[in-house]
Amino acid sequence: MNHPVAKQQIEEIWIEEEPYYEPVGEEIALFESAYHNKLPLLLKGPTGCGKTRFMEHMAWRLKRPLITVSCHDDLTASDLVGRYLIVGGETRWIDGPLARAVRSGGICYLDEIVEARKDTMVVIHPLADDRRVLPMEKIGEQLQAAPEFAMVVSYNPGYQSVLKELKQSTRQRFVAIEFNYPDPELEKRIIIRESGVDEPIAQNLVKFSEMTRNLKGSGLDEGASTRLLVHTAKLIVSGIPPITACSAGIGQALTDDPDMVAAVHELSAALF
Amino acid sequence: MSSLTLPELEQRLDEALELDLVRLSPEQAAKGLAPFSREQQERALHWSKIAAQAHVQIGQQVSIYAATALGLMSDEVMGRWVYHALDLYDRKGLFPAVEVIKSVAQYAEEAEARARGVEFDESATMLGHFVQGLSGRRLLLEEGESHWTDSEKIYLPPFVGDFEQRADNFQLYKAQLVTLWAENWYGTWRLVQKESPQGETVQTRISQWLAPRAMPERDLLLLQRLEIIRIDAQLQREFPGIYRERARLLQLMGTPLLPAGWEYAGSALNNPEATLETSLLWLDRIDDVPPPRLCYQGVWQIDALNRAAERRAAQEQGTLQYLLWKVAEELQLSEPEQQKAKFEWRFTDEREQREGAPEIELLLEDQPVAPPEMMSELVHSIIQDFGELPPEYLHPAGGAAFDPDRTVKSAQNVWGGTYHEEGAFLYDEWDGPRLNYRKEWTVLREMEAKMGDLHFVTETLNKYHRLVGQLRKSFEALRSADLLLKRQQNGDNLDVDAVVDAMVDHQQGREMTDRLYLQNHRHDRSIAVMIMVDMSGSTKGWINDAERESLVLLCEALETLDDRYAIYGFSGWTRKRCEVFPIKTFEQPYDDGVKQKIAGIEAQDYTRMGVAIRHLSKLLNEAEARTRLLITLSDGKPDDSDGYNGGYAIEDTRMALLEARRSGIHPFCITIDREGQEYLPHMYGPAGYTVVDAVDKLPLKVADIYRRLTL
Repeated sequence: MNHPVAKQQIEEIWIEEEPYYEPVGEEIALFESAYHNKLPLLLKGPTGCGKTRFMEHMAWRLKRPLITVSCHDDLTASDLVGRYLIVGGETRWIDGPLARAVRSGGICYLDEIVEARKDTMVVIHPLADDRRVLPMEKIGEQLQAAPEFAMVVSYNPGYQSVLKELKQSTRQRFVAIEFNYPDPELEKRIIIRESGVDEPIAQNLVKFSEMTRNLKGSGLDEGASTRLLVHTAKLIVSGIPPITACSAGIGQALTDDPDMVAAVHELSAALF
Repeated sequence: MSSLTLPELEQRLDEALELDLVRLSPEQAAKGLAPFSREQQERALHWSKIAAQAHVQIGQQVSIYAATALGLMSDEVMGRWVYHALDLYDRKGLFPAVEVIKSVAQYAEEAEARARGVEFDESATMLGHFVQGLSGRRLLLEEGESHWTDSEKIYLPPFVGDFEQRADNFQLYKAQLVTLWAENWYGTWRLVQKESPQGETVQTRISQWLAPRAMPERDLLLLQRLEIIRIDAQLQREFPGIYRERARLLQLMGTPLLPAGWEYAGSALNNPEATLETSLLWLDRIDDVPPPRLCYQGVWQIDALNRAAERRAAQEQGTLQYLLWKVAEELQLSEPEQQKAKFEWRFTDEREQREGAPEIELLLEDQPVAPPEMMSELVHSIIQDFGELPPEYLHPAGGAAFDPDRTVKSAQNVWGGTYHEEGAFLYDEWDGPRLNYRKEWTVLREMEAKMGDLHFVTETLNKYHRLVGQLRKSFEALRSADLLLKRQQNGDNLDVDAVVDAMVDHQQGREMTDRLYLQNHRHDRSIAVMIMVDMSGSTKGWINDAERESLVLLCEALETLDDRYAIYGFSGWTRKRCEVFPIKTFEQPYDDGVKQKIAGIEAQDYTRMGVAIRHLSKLLNEAEARTRLLITLSDGKPDDSDGYNGGYAIEDTRMALLEARRSGIHPFCITIDREGQEYLPHMYGPAGYTVVDAVDKLPLKVADIYRRLTL
């Protein structure tokens, strides 16, 4: 029996090497403190500002396996908890990613939680308060979380859709850490470190991202994220001319509006 | 085909232009066209006729000047010439349009340049994004005679075609824009220190600073050049790409940035610390005739600049003081404390002061306070003008006139393109015969809908008592519901029946199916529907009653579904007075207020459908849904008093519907016009409409049609 869904979504990793992460504020101390107090965490922030990287870093720091689930609008409770499969003529229960993390004491990271279906919240709630249990309806069990287990969810408050709001009953269970794009100096350092690009180019990329962020709300939904800057820097390092790299790595990635793409292109041509 | 003779031409012109109605003579035009071939004559007649549909005088002028045009232009250029005039007529009136027709020779000459040139219309949106991306106060681009700025708007010429290559022309256009942006951003318009006759140092604007000098006008030009040298040096440091292009343009033009003998000034202005004061200093040392203009040099309109700066200073000081007063209020200071409160500020990062937007921190008695969100843009704008926050700005003062919530609103209207017509929306209209849009031709307003008597709704519900029950039931069947799908490849639970069957197959050595799961499938409708109700004069009486009854029944039925719906009435009288009446918006619940508004729907004036469709599809596109429906309830053809009828009206409506469809909306029309068969397929497509042949059946049908549409 193949379950492509299950296979794609579960990435359980023991992270051996230290993932590169530049702290922006007190987030590492906050995370550690929440972890030791067995409090669930909510990471807020725009796309590509380093939430996922932060999680990898923290999993490495705390020496726990990290199970990441990218939520989408067809993600159901059973996708998280588990389901029966038929194996060799009999049914067998297979734990979902959340149940595995709960059992083994891993860190379960539910990325973009608002995208998931409403019914998934039901299984998250009892895990996210002091009970720390996962109800497994289908096998009639309540799974008590191992002491090392931690649950972290992320969401992007920048979406304007009312449907993608987190309910109070959910959000009030979490310790929330806000992420934002790093300040220019730090962002430059991150770009250099991640891509190996020269400092002047990194400097210009940071400036370029500021320019795109000037356009946020009047044509662009979001400015260029740190992730896009790193991508672009990598293209430049491998020999693509900067203006072309900015166009492919940032302009076209941000929008489809031809006027806006052209404007972003002119902005990069202004700098390089 | 032989050429038309003089009398024939006169007759054809008379027919095409309907000249006799306005007592204009076709004689002159006919004489001019007589020597041309038949094919050329037909072309002239064709364009004259098109122009005459907008205004007979333009048509007449085209027919007269066509003789000249035929000798100078290809058919394509001739078309553009006429359309250009008609565009001008739409936007600015008869006189400028006729001027374009008369200056046919000039147009022909420019036409060639236009082909390789850059026009404002085609590049304004893009350049607007570009200049906003560069940073600083938001600058609005507008078309003007030449390129200049009043520090809030940037005016660009309609067209630039100085170079042979289009790419170069574009670079020149951009360079002109950048100069104006840079003058704003690098502080060319800042106040300068000046010694007053009493020996005090006062701040003054450049014009006043220059006024007492021997040759203020010459000095202004010299100063402008010095400033450009300074700006170019800044650009070289911060935007090497822009600088490179500017240097290349100067080379192409053969004008050096630094006039001979200005080398010392040049190196002083090259200093990163150089400011407007540096330029003023060098102004004293240079005694020269003004050098020839640079290609990207703007025109300084000092009076306009001063006016805008003063207006803005007053507004911004007031707004900032008001916001500070709000901050003080939130800190719960007592009244006298608020009066005394003195805010201070500092740059948080000195380094950033020169590059990008400065970060500043607001302090109250040495304690940092959190500024309201909208303050940051304001503060940046003030710093752009003054280089700092002047101390007098930092006294909190409550003046409701400066409440940004009030002022921002009207400002947004201006950004939204309603500049000419306060508080209204402007929409293009499709001119079918001209095959072109009339720019911002129609003016639409959202009007308050009248409240009627609630009694009407109760009455209707009683009258159709049994039908309402049926409708509810049939609509309930449509509701978003959870469906349990059996025998699926994937799913939450095992489908026991399927497993048993599979086991049997397995035992018997047959192939086992992998469809063993139950899947919960949510049948999600996610529909938003906009109901557009014809309120034209022709609906008066029982049609209007039928419409209102239909709406009541439809609402009752829709309430059983989760579909989001809005109801708007539309009417109007000429292009300047198109109106829509919100009866129920998407957000409003179906309550007594809405019921009263349904009851209050009244027959009004005409049916200008295109503009209503454009406005309502815009609203519909803002609603969150997977499927969007636009349903029109109407009683006849689109029609308005100012020539919006027949083919023209149908073509415009069709175009508006095409635009809606392109944006992902499904339009549908329910009409009681029995002749609807003739024009509705053309407008809505063969499956996009229903004709209800008896008015009294309308209430019974509408909800049912909706149900079938969304099944």
